[in-house]
Amino acid sequence: MNVFKNIIVAILTILSIQVSVAQQTPAPPQAKPIVIMGATAHLGNGEVIENSIIAFDQGKITAVGNQALAQDFSNHQKIDATGKHIYPGFIAPNSQIGLVEIEAVRATRDSREIGYLKPHVRSIIAYSTDSRVTPTIRSNGVLLSQVVPQGGRISGQSSIVHLDAWNWEDAIYKIDDAIHLNWPSAFSYSGWWAEPGTIKANKNYEKNTREIETFFQEAKAYHKSTNRSKKNLLFDAMTGLFDGSKTLHVHTSYARSMMSAVLMAEKHGVKIVLVGAGEAWKITDFLKKHKTFVILSDVHSLPSRTDDDIDQVFKTPSILAKAGITFCFSMNGAWQQRNLPFQAGHAVGFGLDYEKAIKALTSDAAKILGIDKTTGSLVRGKDATLIIADGDALDMRTCKIQHAFIQGRKIDVDNKQKALARKFRKKYADQK
Amino acid sequence: MQKKFYALIYFLGFALLSTTLLAQETFPRNGVYDQRDGLYAFTNATIYQTYQDKIEKATLLIRDGKVVSVGKSVSIPKEAVIIDLSGKFIYPSFIEAYTELGLPKAEKKKSAGFRENMVSTKDGAYLWNEALRPEFRAYELFKSDSKAFETYRKVGFGSFMSHRIDGISRGTGMVGLLGDERAHLLLLKKEAAHVLSFKKGSSVQTYPTSLMGGIALLRQTYYDAKWYKDHGHKMETNLSLDAWNRVQSMPQIFDVRDQLEVFRAAKIGKEFGIKYIFKGNGDEYKRIDDIKATGSAFLIPVNFPDAYDVEDPYAAALISLSDMKHWELAPTNPAKLEAAGIEFAFTSDGLKKKSELLGKIRKAIKYGLSEKTALKALTHTPAKLLGIADHVGSLTTGKLANFIVCSAPIFDEKSTILHNWVRGKAHVLKALQEKDLRGVYRLTVGKNQYTLNVKGSMEKPTMMIELNDSTEIKVKYSLIDDLISLSYNLTGEKNDVVSLSGAVEQSGWGGNATLADGTWVTWKTGFTRALAEKEDKKEDKNADKDAAEDLKLGTVSYPFMAFGWTDMPKAETILIKNTTVWTNEKDGILQDTDVLLEGGKIKKIGKNLAAGSAKVIDGKDRHLTAGIIDEHSHIAISRGVNECSQAVTAEVSISDVVNSEDINIYRQLAGGVTASQLLHGSCNPIGGQSAIIKLRWGFAPEKMKFEKSAGFIKFALGENVKSSRSSRNNRFPDTRMGVEQVYMDAFTRAKEYEQAKKAGKADLRKDLELEVLIEILNDQRFISCHSYVQSEINMLMHVADRMNFRVNTFTHILEGYKVADKMKEHGAGGSTFSDWWAYKYEVIDAIPQNSSIMHEQGVLTAINSDDAEMGRRLNQEAAKAVMYGGTSEEDALKFVTLNPAKLLHIDQYVGSIKVGKDADVVLWSNHPLSIYAKADMTFIDGIKFFDRTLDKKLQAEVRAERARLIQKMLTAKNKGKATQPVKVKKQHLYHCDHGEDEMNH
Repeated sequence: MNVFKNIIVAILTILSIQVSVAQQTPAPPQAKPIVIMGATAHLGNGEVIENSIIAFDQGKITAVGNQALAQDFSNHQKIDATGKHIYPGFIAPNSQIGLVEIEAVRATRDSREIGYLKPHVRSIIAYSTDSRVTPTIRSNGVLLSQVVPQGGRISGQSSIVHLDAWNWEDAIYKIDDAIHLNWPSAFSYSGWWAEPGTIKANKNYEKNTREIETFFQEAKAYHKSTNRSKKNLLFDAMTGLFDGSKTLHVHTSYARSMMSAVLMAEKHGVKIVLVGAGEAWKITDFLKKHKTFVILSDVHSLPSRTDDDIDQVFKTPSILAKAGITFCFSMNGAWQQRNLPFQAGHAVGFGLDYEKAIKALTSDAAKILGIDKTTGSLVRGKDATLIIADGDALDMRTCKIQHAFIQGRKIDVDNKQKALARKFRKKYADQK
Repeated sequence: MQKKFYALIYFLGFALLSTTLLAQETFPRNGVYDQRDGLYAFTNATIYQTYQDKIEKATLLIRDGKVVSVGKSVSIPKEAVIIDLSGKFIYPSFIEAYTELGLPKAEKKKSAGFRENMVSTKDGAYLWNEALRPEFRAYELFKSDSKAFETYRKVGFGSFMSHRIDGISRGTGMVGLLGDERAHLLLLKKEAAHVLSFKKGSSVQTYPTSLMGGIALLRQTYYDAKWYKDHGHKMETNLSLDAWNRVQSMPQIFDVRDQLEVFRAAKIGKEFGIKYIFKGNGDEYKRIDDIKATGSAFLIPVNFPDAYDVEDPYAAALISLSDMKHWELAPTNPAKLEAAGIEFAFTSDGLKKKSELLGKIRKAIKYGLSEKTALKALTHTPAKLLGIADHVGSLTTGKLANFIVCSAPIFDEKSTILHNWVRGKAHVLKALQEKDLRGVYRLTVGKNQYTLNVKGSMEKPTMMIELNDSTEIKVKYSLIDDLISLSYNLTGEKNDVVSLSGAVEQSGWGGNATLADGTWVTWKTGFTRALAEKEDKKEDKNADKDAAEDLKLGTVSYPFMAFGWTDMPKAETILIKNTTVWTNEKDGILQDTDVLLEGGKIKKIGKNLAAGSAKVIDGKDRHLTAGIIDEHSHIAISRGVNECSQAVTAEVSISDVVNSEDINIYRQLAGGVTASQLLHGSCNPIGGQSAIIKLRWGFAPEKMKFEKSAGFIKFALGENVKSSRSSRNNRFPDTRMGVEQVYMDAFTRAKEYEQAKKAGKADLRKDLELEVLIEILNDQRFISCHSYVQSEINMLMHVADRMNFRVNTFTHILEGYKVADKMKEHGAGGSTFSDWWAYKYEVIDAIPQNSSIMHEQGVLTAINSDDAEMGRRLNQEAAKAVMYGGTSEEDALKFVTLNPAKLLHIDQYVGSIKVGKDADVVLWSNHPLSIYAKADMTFIDGIKFFDRTLDKKLQAEVRAERARLIQKMLTAKNKGKATQPVKVKKQHLYHCDHGEDEMNH
């Protein structure tokens, strides 16, 4: 019996290794209703339910409540999550997931197209669902991402994808959601990253902002025109901004640039989101007055100047939260995205309310990206996109993601790295 | 009176027309020989015979370009030309020790682009490295340059040293006189000094690319020169080494870019018994005690920076507090040097205009420098340092007649240099003006009458038309030989200028004028009265008030930047009560425990310890751990983390370039880091030696070093060492295959070298690179090897086995989990990233379970940063081993404390909380592996280097100090003082991949 059991274990292990070393297989649609019982549910909207019941069917949440919920779940598959935590799937805005596989290998980089003004360039068609990196990100609870092109003044259009799909068409959550504008720097930098030179005021700042203004004026005129003599792919791409179907994401860190960008967008009747926004804490009144959304970059970065408060980057989220600004977290890059939840955790250590941090990772991120009607919080009728963690998902000391669901589909939280760990642990175990 | 004045002009004119004052010309003459005695008597002057001997109403007698006598009762020969200098002042003329005068500039050859130049491109029997040019002799290329000389003469210089500002050894400098004669008459001393620097100059050779490479090159050259002198000259003829040995008997001047370079060079000097004279940077006051301790003399520039233009608050935000403070405190530098008793000479080097010199020195005097030392630094000290005090620097009998005549004491604001005599030959800068025009005049121009006030200094009075009590209009004028022209514009409108021209005579001034409309009228003045004393001093009073404001100064902090200490913290006796103690020892985690820190050590651990005189810190709900130790860090390094130019650079050392002025030290203290290994980068198979430091924020570099640590060295494997990012690499190795051969070759050579040493081979050349490799072979130096994939890791362990050394640590070691058993067998530890991967091809199989698996297999495992940002949250990175790999919390904490201490062989001092170990501990606000934990206090040697409460106070101080300095700069701008646009140097954050040339900026 024991021998038989051992053989079974061995076969299963071999199978799992083989399966896992290849890519993870996208999950099939939810077949039967599921109910998760007993967990602490962080709904993503600021509410917490202890000893909760969360049920979903056909990809949508059907019930959210505590044990008092008088409902019959007998036909549901039950998951006992007592002592565990449930969160909406985390959302990673402004990432290069699926665009960059190995940073130093040019052939695997698809995030920067040549050119200066390229609103017509679209990230979605380059998004690789087969990236070996993506499963490692999912394993830490990030289930949705906005995939953003880089470079130039206008770098192109992003799309929002969920991180479990056969191909990019399947992955689309919201296509071409935003156009990305890199606001001119108020400062000019000489040198390059390895050999930095000096920083001084950018003499071309006004010239550069005027270029943007001119481009927007012409794009808007094109949008209004009923008699377009020539088709212009750039302006065609821009029309979404003027008809409200797309958002303008302006990447900048400086207070003054953020203000210019907001005023410019308002003038043209364009929805704007600020990305980066390192100095947003300096202009909270302005941002509040203009109801501007903010995607913060890299809590784990160094203060930009020697004299700055050494903890400023850690404190900024709580300052924005206290000022009532809607913000979410983001990081640059692809593989790094698995650390996104910890950036929020670090901000909690510096005064950000815990549920507010969860909200920023989930429903506020959804709101900022314009997908909050269907996802971002554990509310009846919304997508069953959620994670079950052994402990606090924002603290690496306790975080262990057990299960993850995207629209009710139970996805594989295994990844290449876990498989390699198993493979070599087995090797050592066998040697003994 | 008038007559005498004209007579003087006549004589001086004559003197200028004549050729040389010296006898016996060697050059043929086209015309009649005109030889003279050059006998002059300067009478009734106040004469500074030396910087400290002043004689009033004295006579200076010179002949043939030399001082005959000076004193109150000099007998004047009848044939002497007498120049009455009543009310005037005579000083020995100044000596400029740092110039490139009269020399052609070095031309930089076209560099070979991305290809590396391994050896010198200079043809001939010279040194292998073209940044070393000891054979260069400035005097051989010296030409007289009258235009440049004049600019120096105008500010009072009479002689100079000139060398070619090019290279690490720049060869010798010559001393010349600032006359107008041919070069052979100006060359006073052919070789006065050997000049060195840490700058490569025009060299296009790749080595060295880093400051530490430059330092190693200098060291090796001192050894090579000694070898050459004793033995090498029998084997080769090396013109550079010949020269190097020859120039060692001269003064050695070392040109540095900042105060830290003084310490670096002084350390080399000490090793070879050389006391350099430093050509400093004007920032010596920042660590004046350490500067003093070098015992060196200095050439000090006075190019105090202008205020930054901070009108735009966003631009103002860019400037660092340290730059602003330097603006404020730079003028105190000479006074600080004086107070510390450091010998120094002034140099005008670095001034935008030489004419700023005296103004800057007067400013230094306002900021506390004595006039006596100022004069000494312009005359006596440079003469002494250059070994030319027998000729210049004072006006005693037999010295050269090199002196200046001033209208007032030289450091008075209103003093003007009238004459500059070079070897007995006059250079008239301004006639000896004897008329005092000052007073109140009635000016009549055509039908109009005005009051004209002439005030200010006698030599350069200002003229103002007084319109009413509160309004004065400035009158421009020029006065040459009693002919005067004036112009003014009373309305300030366009085309409303009135121009006057005429003569100054005893009876009054007068002549013709053109009005704005072009009509001619006559004009004249009549003297009304002399100036009341008060009128003349009104401006002075305002100036005094301004000066008093200017002199309200901030303090020097250590380091000289935001968050620096104004009072250095000291070790205290501290009792941390009732806390959770992570001992990292057998006792494990102790609850509700007290820890006593005393004398920089952990004194007691236990319950209810008596406080005695200790300062008590409540540790309730907090956790106490050993300080975090970063096995792989690149913070606090100056000018280059990599010496990439050769495959083996064991001779270079990070410990030569530790930078105490890096804000990341403070930031990492706030993350609980107490010690770091500062590693060389990873661009060559055998890189440089490490520095192991404690993060003693504020201490000078030498005092940050971990005193008892063993030596370490960086090795590296993989993509970086085979230059994978370059598409045109020409440096061996280009593949992993070549990397093995680099090691085989290096250790084979090292063994042969060691054998030769042991055999007592007398003519063996000391090779610093091989010396270091021998240390590795003898277990005196340990390897930290940058590594990624298993093939190369196995390779190095095989090489080590064959060559009989051990790889102490594989760092990065991202595939360590694949070869953990082999590492264990070899005895190698692993220091890895917690979760980095996918940034380059060789990390494609990196996994976050790596540290845990190595640990499970018995490999001594650590987690490191290699990154200034990650370095401040290494506790979180350790926690990832719990999350991904299932390592226990106690072991995970050891990954960043005790284990790196063991890897660095410092675990007998640090790494755990154990009685007798160094008091390097961190008090955390929360469970130390939790993301919510903050380091509340960080202690090193019992000194509290970080305190989160104090940090708040420091932040407020930084803000207040910035605000004060910005206001002061705005005031300076409003008062019309010169400003400079905001432009700041970006800080270099190193990772191990950086390999750019840092030797020339």
